[in-house]
Amino acid sequence: MTAPGAAGSAGDWWGTEDVCVRFGDTLALDHVWFRAEPGRVSAVVGGDGAGRTTLLRCLAGALAPASGRVRRPGPMATGYLSAGSGIYPDLSVTENLAFRAAAYQIPPQEARERGGELLARAGLDRVGDRLGGQLSGGMRQKLGVIAAMLHRPALLVLDEPTTGVDPVSRADLWWLIARAAAGGAAVVLATSYLDEAERAHDVLVLDAGMVLASGTAEQIVAAMPGTLTVAGARPAGEAGRRAWRREGRWRVWDPTAGDTAGTIAPDLQDAVTVAILARELALVPAGGESR
Amino acid sequence: MWAMIVKEFRQLRRDRRTLAMMIVMPVVLLIVFGYAASFDVTTIPTVAAGPEAGQVTHLVGEPFHVVATEPSQGRAWAEQQLRDGNAAVAVVTGDGRPQVLIDGSQLFTAKAAIAELSAAAAKAAVHGAAAGGQATPPGSQPQPVVTVLYNPDLNTSDIMIPGLAGVVLVFVGTIITSLGVVRERQSGTLEQLAVMPLKPRDVFLGKIGPYFAVAALDLAIVVSIGVGLFGVPFRGSLAVFALGALLFLFVTLGIGVLISSVSENQGQAIQLAFMVTLPQILLSGLIFPLSSIAIGVRWISYLLPLTYFNEISRGVMLRAEPLSSLWQPFLFLALLGAIVFTLASLRFRAYLAPAAPRGGTGSPRSAQKVTSAASAPSGSAG
Repeated sequence: MTAPGAAGSAGDWWGTEDVCVRFGDTLALDHVWFRAEPGRVSAVVGGDGAGRTTLLRCLAGALAPASGRVRRPGPMATGYLSAGSGIYPDLSVTENLAFRAAAYQIPPQEARERGGELLARAGLDRVGDRLGGQLSGGMRQKLGVIAAMLHRPALLVLDEPTTGVDPVSRADLWWLIARAAAGGAAVVLATSYLDEAERAHDVLVLDAGMVLASGTAEQIVAAMPGTLTVAGARPAGEAGRRAWRREGRWRVWDPTAGDTAGTIAPDLQDAVTVAILARELALVPAGGESR
Repeated sequence: MWAMIVKEFRQLRRDRRTLAMMIVMPVVLLIVFGYAASFDVTTIPTVAAGPEAGQVTHLVGEPFHVVATEPSQGRAWAEQQLRDGNAAVAVVTGDGRPQVLIDGSQLFTAKAAIAELSAAAAKAAVHGAAAGGQATPPGSQPQPVVTVLYNPDLNTSDIMIPGLAGVVLVFVGTIITSLGVVRERQSGTLEQLAVMPLKPRDVFLGKIGPYFAVAALDLAIVVSIGVGLFGVPFRGSLAVFALGALLFLFVTLGIGVLISSVSENQGQAIQLAFMVTLPQILLSGLIFPLSSIAIGVRWISYLLPLTYFNEISRGVMLRAEPLSSLWQPFLFLALLGAIVFTLASLRFRAYLAPAAPRGGTGSPRSAQKVTSAASAPSGSAG
């Protein structure tokens, strides 16, 4: 068998350099710098329309940037799970994998062994004859990830692999993701779940096509400006613009970081929310409509 | 209910293609097909051979139109003219009564010719009776011997089945292919294909290959049933027929891919495929003789591949035409094939690869780095 992640080598990295993508008048990616390193999982997070899918499509080679550079391995060494599962609904599980194996020129024996192993670990080994269209959403996503990593890509790009998936399947998916990274692949995944992003080695926070923060989850949290307090109700006045509801209570961000009494330690979700909030407040000064 | 009506109108307003299909196309189709739908034969191309060939022009009137006269030639030449499709009727003069040869593979033209000849014979008989009971009055022409070639019984199935074989290919080639390709877009697998290490050409050929095989099988079945069950003759070369079918299939499959590349979903693909298929059935000479189609609409017929396949299939199956006499439909089919296939390939390339990766693709399973730089003229591999 070919060594896992044969494509990856020390010091290599994939990513974007000052990339801009424009859809008509909309700047979907605004001078984005991003680096994904072999053996590490990078999570791209952000709200709706943040540019996550656009960035991943650039990385996978499905979209050309308007400007900037994309560093990626050749198609043979890139694995991609698009926003859908990319699975043929009228092919069986094994036929879907057989097609991928043939497209990536994986020897049949190797494809059978690796596919069988991954299917077994993901709990799909007993549905090998089932059509892709007859799989549950979670099963389809798992099959999509397996298909994307079957050829041991150096860069594995996964667009929302865990969205709408039950917790058990999500755990299976994370096992697959970790397995790919352990094999030497640089894994880039988009996710809406910040608790999930915390499991990644690196996190990139996007909003309106711009990079708001990047680094490890710890680094992003540590870099959060100001302090955070918890309130039972939304504060009145200016502070209300810096508050958001979470777990039945209100988090209030104070950018001045003056008084630390009563403050709580933020997590990644807080830090990302603050990053987005700070940008919005800068765009909409006091007195204007915000959230 | 009102909410539903408003919603449907809003959706319809945004689906401009369907809206155009519902409002504009019926008018266009009615006008086009109104001028096309005619079994009336106004002109029958006629050739004359034999020593008195020159007089034929003066003797025959409308709808016979003498296109060539060869006093030095005989029946063999006349038959060749019919076989090669240069005329529908040939008059051979010489010893005894003139012979009129009619191309039975041009069904409606042949029927019109027979009707005209019968009317002329009846008229002559009336004149004969008026002139004293002589069947052939002095000074009048002797009644010709009429022979219908290639389809002596004027069987409809003999001329329809060679054409229907083409219709089957149009259905499989255009409609089914267009659905098969657009299905990739609908199922969300298109983007996967775009980033896979597959060349657009490979995807294109891999995509249409199975349809090509199925259509070829369909053709074989249709022709076999036509010959075996309906007794349609197959007088010509199987190789020439196969070559024509091959060219025709390339055109129809290319049209199918073209349709799919401009369709967002299978519904749109079916609409467009229908718009391409219907004119082929009605304007290709399959049902209405080309000569009966109004000249303002007939030019459309010459843009349709089925028109040329009809000529080839009827020519080969009924008249045993060799390749040399079918060079025109072959040439036009090849030209159409080249144009459609080039367009289809280009569209498919754009359709498949919205962002063609720039730089090297790397050797199989290698990790050759591809740096896609939007500003670089041809990309660079680092």
